[in-house]
This record gives sequence, C-alpha cells and structure tokens, in this order.
Amino acid sequence: MITPLSWLKEYVDIDVTPQELEEKLFSCGFEVEELYEVGKDISKVVVGHVLTCEAIPDTHLHVCQVDCGEHGTFQICCGADNVCAGGKFPVALVGATVYATAKDHKTVEGVMTIGKGKLRGYESFGMLCSGVELGVSENMYPGAGYNGLLVLPEDAQIGADVKPMLGLDDWIFDIAITANRPDCQSIFGIAREVAAVLEKELKYPALDYTETEATLEGFKVSVDCPDLCPRYSAHYVTDVKIGESPAWMKRRLALVGIDAISNVVDITNYILKELGQPMHAFDLSTLEGNAINVRRAKDGEKIVTLDEQELTLTEANMLICDGVKPVALAGVMGGLNSEIRETTSAVLFESAKFARDNIRRTSRALGKRSDSSARYEKGVDEYATVMAMKRALHLIEELECGKVSCMHVDVNTGNSVEPRELTVSIDKVNKCLGIVVPNEDILRIMKNLAFEPTIDGDNLTLQVPAYREDMETYQDVAEEVIRMYGYEHVVPAFMPSAQVTIGGLNLTQKSELRLKKALCSVGAYECIHYSFFSPSDLDLLRLPEDAVERKAIRLVNPISEELSLMRTTLAASMINAVARNQKKGNLEGRLFEIGNVFMPYELPLTQYPDEKPRLCVGIFGEKESFYTMKGIAEKIADTLQVSFTYENMSNTFLHPYQTAKVLCEGVEVGYFGKLAYDIADECDLRTPMFVMEMDLKILSQWYGKKPVFTPLPKFAEEKRDLAIVVSKDITCGQLEAVMKDACKYITNITLFDIYEGEQIAADKKSMAFTVVFTPKDEAFTAESVDGFVKKILKQLGKNFGAELRS
Amino acid sequence: MNANLEQIKQEIIAGAEELASSREVYEFKKKFLDGKAGKIGLLMKEMKNIPPEQRADYGKGVNELKEWALGFLGELDVKMKEKELQARYEAEKIDISLPAACSEEGNLQPITLVRNQLIDIFSGMGFEIYEGAEIETDYYNFTALNTPQDHPARDMQDTFYLSPEFLLRTQTSAGQIHVMEKQQPPIKILSPGKVFRSDDDATHSPMFTQMEGLVVDKGITLCDLQGMLDVFVKKIYGEGTKTRLRPSYFPFTEPSVEVDCSCFECGGSGCKLCKGTGWIEILGAGVVNNKVLENCGIDSNEYSGFAFGIGIERTAMLKYGINNIKLLFESDLRVLKQLND
Repeated sequence: MITPLSWLKEYVDIDVTPQELEEKLFSCGFEVEELYEVGKDISKVVVGHVLTCEAIPDTHLHVCQVDCGEHGTFQICCGADNVCAGGKFPVALVGATVYATAKDHKTVEGVMTIGKGKLRGYESFGMLCSGVELGVSENMYPGAGYNGLLVLPEDAQIGADVKPMLGLDDWIFDIAITANRPDCQSIFGIAREVAAVLEKELKYPALDYTETEATLEGFKVSVDCPDLCPRYSAHYVTDVKIGESPAWMKRRLALVGIDAISNVVDITNYILKELGQPMHAFDLSTLEGNAINVRRAKDGEKIVTLDEQELTLTEANMLICDGVKPVALAGVMGGLNSEIRETTSAVLFESAKFARDNIRRTSRALGKRSDSSARYEKGVDEYATVMAMKRALHLIEELECGKVSCMHVDVNTGNSVEPRELTVSIDKVNKCLGIVVPNEDILRIMKNLAFEPTIDGDNLTLQVPAYREDMETYQDVAEEVIRMYGYEHVVPAFMPSAQVTIGGLNLTQKSELRLKKALCSVGAYECIHYSFFSPSDLDLLRLPEDAVERKAIRLVNPISEELSLMRTTLAASMINAVARNQKKGNLEGRLFEIGNVFMPYELPLTQYPDEKPRLCVGIFGEKESFYTMKGIAEKIADTLQVSFTYENMSNTFLHPYQTAKVLCEGVEVGYFGKLAYDIADECDLRTPMFVMEMDLKILSQWYGKKPVFTPLPKFAEEKRDLAIVVSKDITCGQLEAVMKDACKYITNITLFDIYEGEQIAADKKSMAFTVVFTPKDEAFTAESVDGFVKKILKQLGKNFGAELRS
Repeated sequence: MNANLEQIKQEIIAGAEELASSREVYEFKKKFLDGKAGKIGLLMKEMKNIPPEQRADYGKGVNELKEWALGFLGELDVKMKEKELQARYEAEKIDISLPAACSEEGNLQPITLVRNQLIDIFSGMGFEIYEGAEIETDYYNFTALNTPQDHPARDMQDTFYLSPEFLLRTQTSAGQIHVMEKQQPPIKILSPGKVFRSDDDATHSPMFTQMEGLVVDKGITLCDLQGMLDVFVKKIYGEGTKTRLRPSYFPFTEPSVEVDCSCFECGGSGCKLCKGTGWIEILGAGVVNNKVLENCGIDSNEYSGFAFGIGIERTAMLKYGINNIKLLFESDLRVLKQLND
C-alpha cells in the first residue's frame, strides 16, 4: 500500500520522523517494505532569480546571471526557451544531484551530479532546471510538465531549497498489509492504525453534502444475486461539469501512481485510495430503462470494457446492467458504453460490496485486472461502502462539479455498519499470551483502536467497528493487545505444564537416512529433483503408450509443460541431471535421490494416489560399469541386512543385455542397467551412464532387520580353488547355485578369474572360484573335503557338462 | 701379543674398508666370528699348540681380539644399516604435490543436511517426525486450516491443482490436521516435507521444503513459543543469537508472528546479509487458532498450542551463502561437492 506521509497527515497529527513512524508501524504488524523521500535523488536545488539573460550569438542558448541568495550569484548557461530576466526558476548548484534526461528532455536516464561547465566558451556554474529534471510532473506541480524551465512563483524566497515548495520533501511508505486486514487497504485505514499506535486523535474526512430536490422518477435498482453482491448503493448527481481536478487532488493521485483524468473519474480513484472502496460513475444519459440491475452474466454474453476489449462471459461472472444492456463488469471494469465523457452532464455513482471470491475468479478467468478488482479481491467492508458514497458526494460539492440529488438507492441484504458487541474473558486473553497484561493497558489499547472497551470483572466488552470483520474471538483480542502492548513483554518459558514426549525418527525415516549415508560412503551425492516432470520425459524413456508410468497425474495449472506431470519414475530426472552435469563438463560422478512417485488409482483423482518413496541412483564415467552399479546394489543389501538376487530383464530405456531385475527374498524391488545408447546420444552423454531404481515402499518390509550372531566355527575352515571349464553361455550364478546345492558345508563361493583363450576350447570359458567349506559338528579330514569337491564336480558335469580345468 | 692375532686384526681392519653393504658386513663377520668355525674361533683350537706358560696370555689375547672384532664390526653394521635406510628413503623420494588418491565420499544434499540438523534439535525436545503426503485435498490444505474457499489468505499462495479437490500441498501444515485427527494431546510433531507454490524466480522455486512444528497440550502460551524458539536459534545459529517476534498473519494461528533472529553474520550491527537491519527473518509462527483445534476434534477449552514453519531452503541458503535457490535442485556436482558439511 503506497502511502504518502502528507496524505496521512490529513487524518493524524504525526509528530515523529518518518523513520520513527516506520518503526512504530513495524512493531504493530505493518511492515514498511520501502520508505523513501519523494525527492530522494534531488539535492542542492534552490530558488534562483535570473538577474540578466543575454542570448549567446548563433545558438539557442542564453547566458544568465542568477541570484541564489545566500548561496551567491552565478553565471549559468541555459538552453530553455522560457528563460528570462526577472523570472524565478530552480537552480541546481554545483554539486547538486538531479535527473539526467535524454535529448527529448523528457526521458529520465539516471541521476547526475552538476559540475562546473563551459558552453560555447561561456563558463556555467550550475543548471536551471525543468520539472522532469527534478522528477516533478505536471500533476505533482502545475506548470512542471512544460518542456522548458519549471517556473516558480514570484513570491518564492530566493536561495530557499525548492524541495518543500515542490513537495519533494514528502515521504512515501510502501506498507505490506496482511490478508486479515483489508480495512487497512486504504490511506484512511492506515491512518486509523497510525492514530492508535501514536495515541493521537483520528480526524475523519469531510462527508457532508446538501441534497437538491432533483430525483429520477421511478428509477429502480435490483440485485438478482445477493450472494455475489450483498450491498449496492447508487446516487444520482445532476448538473455535472466535467473538467480538471484541483491541483491538490491531482498531486495526491500522482503520488500513489494514478494519472488524473477528469474530476468525476478522479473522485472515484481518489476514494479508492483514500477509503479503499472502489466506486464507479456511469454517464446517466447512456443508461436505458430507468434501472440498474445486478445479475450473473449469461453463458456467452459479451461486454466491451473501457479499454475497448470485448469479453465473452460465463455465469460465473457478474454484470451491472441498466434496464436493457450490460454497462459494467461488476467490480472489474466499466463498460465502454457508459463511460464518463467530456459531455457527461449527469452521473450515477455506484458504491457496492461484491464477493471477493467472485471478483478474483472473474479477474483471473478473463485475464482482466484493475485497481478496482485488485481491491475487491482483498475484501471490502460495509463501513467503507457507505462512507465512500458520502465522501464522493461531498467531493462533488467541494470540487463544484455537480449537484447532489436526493435520489439515493441502497440495496442491502441485511448487513449493518453499526459496531458489533464482543465480550471476551480477560483471563483467556492473558492465558493465550502467557503473561498478565494490566487491565488499564488493555483498556488503553482497546480505546486507541476505537473498540470502546469496558471491563466488568473478567469480562472485557468491546464495540467492534464494522470495518474490523477479523475480530471474532479472544484470540483475536489477544493479538490486538500484544501487538500494541509490545512483543518484548513476552517472557520465554518452556512448556512448564506440558507432558513429556519422546521424540525422534521412526524406523522408516531412520532406515532411509541409513541408506542415504551408505550411498554417500560409496561416493554418491544426494540430489533433490522436482516432484513434477515433463511429458517429454516419458518419451525420452521410450515408454510404450500403455506403460503404467504414462498414467501420470496432470497439474491443472502447471508453470510450464516441462513441469506438468507428477513423477511416476525417478529415472528421467536422474538422466536429465547427468546430462546437465555432462554439459557442464562433469564427465564422471555418482548421484542418488530418494523421492516419491505418484501412482493414481484412477484419473482424474477421486482418492489419494499411491505416493511411493523410491530410490534412484545414477552413475556415469569411464570407470563405471554394470558391476560397479551392482556393487552399489550390494551395498544397499548389506545396509538393510538382506541379500539380493539378480535376473536378466529388459526395459525400453536400458541396454538389452546389461540390465538386471533386483529381487529381495524373491520379491522384485527394482532394476538397474546401462542407459540405452540412443537415449545417451539424445542426451549428448559423453561417458556411459548406469541407472538404478528401487521401490522403497516394498523394501521397507525389511527395514529394521537386526544382525544375528553366528558363533565362530569350532573347527578350521577349508578352502579349495576350483577352475571349471564350461560352455560360454553358462552363467556364474548358475554354477554357484549348483555348487551350493551339491554341498551343505559351502559357506562362500567367490569368483576370482575368468579365462577364455588358446589353452581351452574355443566355445568354452574357464571360471575359477574359491570355495569355502565350514565344518559343523566335527573337523574335516583331508578326505572329506576331497569328497565334497568330487560331489560338486559331478553335479557340475551332470548339469552343464563342466569339467575341472587341467 | 701373538703376531698371528695382530695379523688377523689388521686383516679385519683392511677387509672392513672394502665392505659396501650390511649384507657384506654380515658375511665378513661370519668369516671371523662364526662360532668355532670362524678365523677367531679357530685361534682357540690353536691353544693346544701353545706352550702351557703362554696359554693364559694367549687365551686373553684371543678373547680381547674377539671382543674388539665384535665391537668393531657391530659398529660398522649399525653405520652401514643407517646408510642403507637413508638410501632407501632417498630412493623413495616423491612429489607430495601430486593429486591425492582417495576413495571419494559423497554427501547429503544441503536441504537434507539442514533438515537433519533441525530434526536433531527438535527430536531432543520431544518432537516426533511426521511426513505427510505431497498430494493433499483442498480440505486438509486450506479449509481445516481456517482458510475457507473465499478467504483472502488463499491469495497469498498460488496453488497447483490436480483436480477440483486434490492439489499439491502449499504448506506442511496440511499434515498436522491428519495427526490431530488421529491423536489427542499431548502432541509434539515436526513435519518436514516438500511443498509447492506457483512461483519461479531467483528466490522462489515451484517446489521447496518446509518444516512445520506443532505443540498441543494443556496451558501452552505464546511465552512457550518464544522459549522454544530461543533454544532453537541458539542451537542452530550460535549461543549469542537473539529472537524477536513481530505481528503477522496466518489463518491457522492467532496471534501470528514473524520471527527474526539477530544476524549471525554481523551479530546485529547491520551488514549486507541482514540488509543493514541487524535482523534476519527466519520463520512464521503463532498460537494455534482454536478453530483449527476444533476442526480436528480437540477441545480448545482444555488444550492450546503453538505452531511454527521454517523454510529449509532459506535456512540452507543463509547458512551456506547460496544466492540462487535453483542451485539446490540442479544437482550440479560442482555445487554438491562444495557443500560437504
């Protein structure tokens, strides 16, 4: 909320500095996001009296002697066409700061410091200034818009600082208003808070006016949708003379960023800022049927707004109509057909309360925002609706631009602007705060906030003004008390009356953290990616049309198509992360992520989807292989005290022969493999990438498995190295399985070498294993181990035609 | 002195000159002192050929020679070994500025680091950790939190919708309702998790991480909130850190406060980090609005509570001096490797 200090001072005597006021506002809940002097960039500019002014031959320039009072008399060269001897103009002294302008003398191009200069051989000690150079527009100071020197009044004191006379010493507060205080979305609303916090009297804006006997016979106002428009008031103004607003009004509007248009329109804008009530003025001559009707639009109905755009409406939008046609899009923008023109001679003012939700939705749906819609979205109170109409009629009289008729229509669905009585327990207020605020302080604070408090025993009774719709319970009262009493009075305590609770992570949370730390220990870095991804990611993974991953939940209003689907796999984000790294020159590394995938039971959603935590690992670089990734899988198994088995599998985005399904006790828990070459190429990967994804929801059934201690063997273990020659298509896993089956004493089998070459047949390979035999009840003899080996070889021979390498 | 003994002594002295390694010293020593087989040992065998009256002197002479030889060659052995050790070290001279060879240890993401740190602090204060769902209903995210359909607070957050009913939670507070519906006080929970708002710039990401705390029990007041925050900021930002409450607004708390802590960079004197104010905004908090308690079936006459919400990214960015929130989600190894905490 942009609030000029000068405007605030109309309602409150402010005797503190702008910085002190900022501090006060901050402490009572109004953060000043920006505080600056209007003329913050202007310094050392004084009133100068031009004593002599001589043309410099063959140029448009003049050389002047300028009396700057106490600062001295200076020779200054000037190119403006309105410089003249005897005139008073702003002089930027040497060392002054003013705005630099482009060649058009209108466009500001930053701030400049004035130095001594020389033009056409004439020395110049300063600069005579235009309005633009001082940041003063025509609306802020009459005459300042002239493309030449800003002419100061004849009685301006020579040598005096120009800032006060141009209003450049004013201050602007940009105040953040929280959503619970729509009543402070106006300068007068802020003034109420300022008066309370400074403990000063609040001066009301003048609301008086005199009605003439003029009226509109039979004029009717009706509201068909009271749910969207709880209050609608209209007042007829005759003898309207459209013209310019007075300088004071134009200046105030300029300070809050509004251009003056014409007196009647300016009055509505002024009241929007002053009281926070959007108003609208219809040219009465354009209204047909002697009526105003507020109703929902029909589907497909059209209106052309003030900005000459045609909008197509739905039943969700609200229209103000005359007896025949729509004349305004309620709360958002007036219709082109009823706008105020120079020829307007009679006006119908509207001051209404529209449901904020309706205005917000209309504004968003149609992409049409205005100061009015922005204000309505935050919520307008009854109090302002009534006050604003009175203020508008007062200003019509004050500006002498019309006569106030006696035709006033007010459609009210039963809301009152009278204060509501609210009684709360003082004890409850204090118990909420945890301190005891003395009753006299409570009374003082509530009085300052215009709640007219009375205390009877434990009961505090307030008369809550209609604009304070947020005040409902003792908690609201507690907040009012403490924000004015001061949060520094809160004494730190540590839940003396609370019961002891035992906190901490649960098993799932602990296990996920253990997994993360285990992955860090193998050199992987944790990543966090967005929970949404792109439809193109599904294509990247070459997923078929009927893939379960394609049944992803879509955002209704995504930021972009790239972030429009809820993830059904973490693999795509990981591949993209690796691609980004490779683009930046990181050609090797290990990354992992634990995040949710979102599997809907049906689309569109009618119940919570299955949110499943997954683990995704991505490793890349020349050193990585299927087996380094398998090592990471084994690390995960070890961390969870489980063992994994692996089976060949294929999917659409991994290498057909370097991909494994991971099973834990026979249950599928995930997959890993080498990224398919076409995808690696598409992502411009320069080194091989391997990706793993595991379903932590399934794995969680093994969380918390405790290690079981096996007593150390009483008798010595025996080891045998066996080199087995088999045909090339037999896998290590097959051999291991048969060996384990063949002898119950085997406790470990480790492959340590594979040989293919001249020493054995061309279609064969030799696989060398170390087999560990652990005795149970009695020690082995040399013969017993030889017996085991024989048995193993026999089984291998039977199953695979395997032989011991000679 | 037997001339023979003297000759052996000279032979040892002369021979020692030629020795180049401790191995040679060993071999040389063996030649003279290998028990009875060495040259000196053999001298003792000569005893029988020595006239009896000279035998005592002879024996003494041989023993003296043996002692001397042991000492002389022992000393030589020590010197030689020292020399050899030195030479071995010299031979293994390396360039210590060559790159280190180590197995790389990865690291947790900065958001997880901060999250874990906060969890540690609050676990110690008796908070359980509850992670709710990312996809929520309008009811749990807004309505139950005292933010009905047309409430202006809904404008504060741009919500991603999945259907008219389902949305991506905009705040972890949503999870608290689930907890309060299932559990009667005492409640002390901390809800960390991903939340989503339709915002995208240098300080806003459409997904970010919040950590919401909730305490509901008998007699909980604003003073307890202040007390807990004091402990929290001291643990995370250092002993001398102070807190300041100032009024704010959240639909689910009343009174609501913004909490600032004294700037941990400058200690409160004003610097670039705190924009000269001496204070840094760290979280929003307040006394739980009774309407929220009642919505969950908790009797607000008996129980009261406080709640607070911390932005994890903001805390991480402040802590590590990260200037763009996007860096936290890009998984750039050059960034991740730096933030090893």
